[in-house]
Amino acid sequence: MRTRAFTVLLLATFVAPLLAPPAPAAQGAPIKIGFLAPLTGPFAQIGKDMVNGTELFLDEIKREVAGRKVELIVEDTEGQPSTALNKSRKLVEQDKVHLLTGGLLANVGYALQPFIDGAQIPATYPVIAADDITQRKPAKWIVRTGWTTSQPMHPFADWVLKNTKYKKITTIGMDYAFGYETVGGFQRVFEEGGGQIVQKIWTPLNTNDFAPFLSQIKRDSDAVLALFVGRLALQFMKQYEEAGLHGKLPLLGGGTTTDESVLPQMGDEALGTLTALHYSQAIDSPANQKFARAFEARAGKIASYYSEATYTNMRWITEAIKAVGGKAEDRAALLAALRKVDIKDTARGPLSVDAHGNPVQTIYIRKVERVGGKLQNTVITSYPAVSQFWKYKAEDYLKQPLYAREYPPCKACQ
Amino acid sequence: MKDRRGIVIGLVAVIAAAGVAPLLSAYPLTLLTQAAIVAVLAMSLDVLLGYTGLPSLGHAAYFGVAAYAVGILATDYQRGFLVCLVAGLVLATLTAAVFGLLAIRATGTYFLMITLALGMVVWGLAFRWVSMTKGDNGIAGVPRPELGLPWSMGAPLPFFYVVLVAALVAWALLGLLVRSPFGLTLQGIRESDSRMRALGYNVWLHKYLAFVLSGAFAGFAGVFWAYYNGFVSPVDVQLVTSVETLLMVALGGPGTLAGPALGAALIVFLKNFVSVYTKRWLLILGAVYIGVILFAPRGVPGAFRRNR
Repeated sequence: MRTRAFTVLLLATFVAPLLAPPAPAAQGAPIKIGFLAPLTGPFAQIGKDMVNGTELFLDEIKREVAGRKVELIVEDTEGQPSTALNKSRKLVEQDKVHLLTGGLLANVGYALQPFIDGAQIPATYPVIAADDITQRKPAKWIVRTGWTTSQPMHPFADWVLKNTKYKKITTIGMDYAFGYETVGGFQRVFEEGGGQIVQKIWTPLNTNDFAPFLSQIKRDSDAVLALFVGRLALQFMKQYEEAGLHGKLPLLGGGTTTDESVLPQMGDEALGTLTALHYSQAIDSPANQKFARAFEARAGKIASYYSEATYTNMRWITEAIKAVGGKAEDRAALLAALRKVDIKDTARGPLSVDAHGNPVQTIYIRKVERVGGKLQNTVITSYPAVSQFWKYKAEDYLKQPLYAREYPPCKACQ
Repeated sequence: MKDRRGIVIGLVAVIAAAGVAPLLSAYPLTLLTQAAIVAVLAMSLDVLLGYTGLPSLGHAAYFGVAAYAVGILATDYQRGFLVCLVAGLVLATLTAAVFGLLAIRATGTYFLMITLALGMVVWGLAFRWVSMTKGDNGIAGVPRPELGLPWSMGAPLPFFYVVLVAALVAWALLGLLVRSPFGLTLQGIRESDSRMRALGYNVWLHKYLAFVLSGAFAGFAGVFWAYYNGFVSPVDVQLVTSVETLLMVALGGPGTLAGPALGAALIVFLKNFVSVYTKRWLLILGAVYIGVILFAPRGVPGAFRRNR
């Protein structure tokens, strides 16, 4: 009996996927969009936000654009590059999707890039923010509908220089590319404007206790710039207060440090933290209020930047499909349309694309406040139409190396 | 008898795969390619776990070192297939040779822990030696090799056949290895370390050589892995990869070579196939593992054998 059960199991696993017929691709058939998100593993919660944002927009347009049905095929990446590659192959080669979108982590973004360019499939990255995908290693077939990591940090440094007395800042951030690009973007503009980064601390991704790092922070700095994501953001905030630093050393941060995906679990220790991002759930515009309310009703939690990113991403895609009259089969035309999108009233404000395929958008300077009993990222001010190159000329900017652990070098350290 | 059965089942699987390959669309073909590469990795671990009785938790290290060697040489230095293959094999072998010196002194759980720690060292290097490995972002754009054959390796079908041939070569070499007097000595050591020593065998040296050879074959798999994905990142050297390999061997039945290879293929297909239909695919994978432990502790082929 057992033998037979195993034989059946073996056969089923190997043979079934081989027999699955490749889907026919005909005009009038639905437009297929392949969506990648981490639905299992440590990033599953964020993956859920991404799927919810996407589904919300599709429901609003009744899953129909330019007279054709839209079919969304969601695949799990586990947050791993090799799985994401496999799933992309499946979506493109077996499901014959017309467009590929999604993805969360930078390494997935870099891994998919050669595949996407090789398969010549139009693709968008709503969340993946690794600078070089639209800078020094531009991908022909990828349009970014999200942001570059350093994009909000350039204006943030500008704002800190002009509106605060902080001249000497210590940075503490996660020890990987996302951290380097966040801190690097801030450091460059801050130091060119006369400020000083006096200390840079990098914490391993699997840190369980921040105490040894917090005790290193130079107590004579004017402020601390922190960059954390998810669980680490929660824990950092708590320990920052326990170390007696909350209220003594003002806290600045990259946008994810107080993102709405973690903010509801934070307490008073987060109050007063200043951050910058291209979105805040508290943006006071009709478009955002409508989105934020609809998202909360659907998902039972407040909208994070991940959910807004995928919501607006889907709107961007449908605008492009409309522009080509629903002919999603014409890949080159669809790509060109994706690169021309210009929307005035998204939840995060006006959006357009630069020549390198990255959005030009509003950057919000935000402060954590308690309103109606709940924490929120109150918008203090905003910088309209910020490009990924800030105020530098694109050619000059691209000659600089990518922000890294040791770049820009820390001249004022020690 | 047991040996012949494994070979027959393995050969049937290989011939079936080679036969249906031209009829398949690109996606299932890439999965078959992946299965063949991972099968080599599982077989290499089987030499240690199944034949020598040393459960290693650091096997992704040699696999990853070779993959990184290919990634770096093929992108930054634009080296051809032969240079990459040799460099990958040599580096993986050297890594295994160094790690072996540290790990072979221990057995059982201690061996497991030491190999785990050594594997983490390689992961740390991949992650932090950014100037060399590009850190967390990984090395993208590794081109498929030009082998001087009339077919472009960029297409899935020719690449699959090349990988299949490579896997067959690895299988044949490993098969010869475990059936040689050397391999029989390893099995003797697995059964009783002290008795083999009493018989005058140099137990340490045998274990050490098995460790190094196993690492070399893991590196062989790593070379093709880098070409297959076109991408190398710390994920390839992390603990999860090592653990998954260990599970493949357990699933297929340690000490059979063909078993772990089929176990590897089974897991590749389960992961990619089941996850298309349900988000809860990890649950199913977990159930399969538990099922194997409860009903077929010697792996799936073990269950077949007991029934006879």
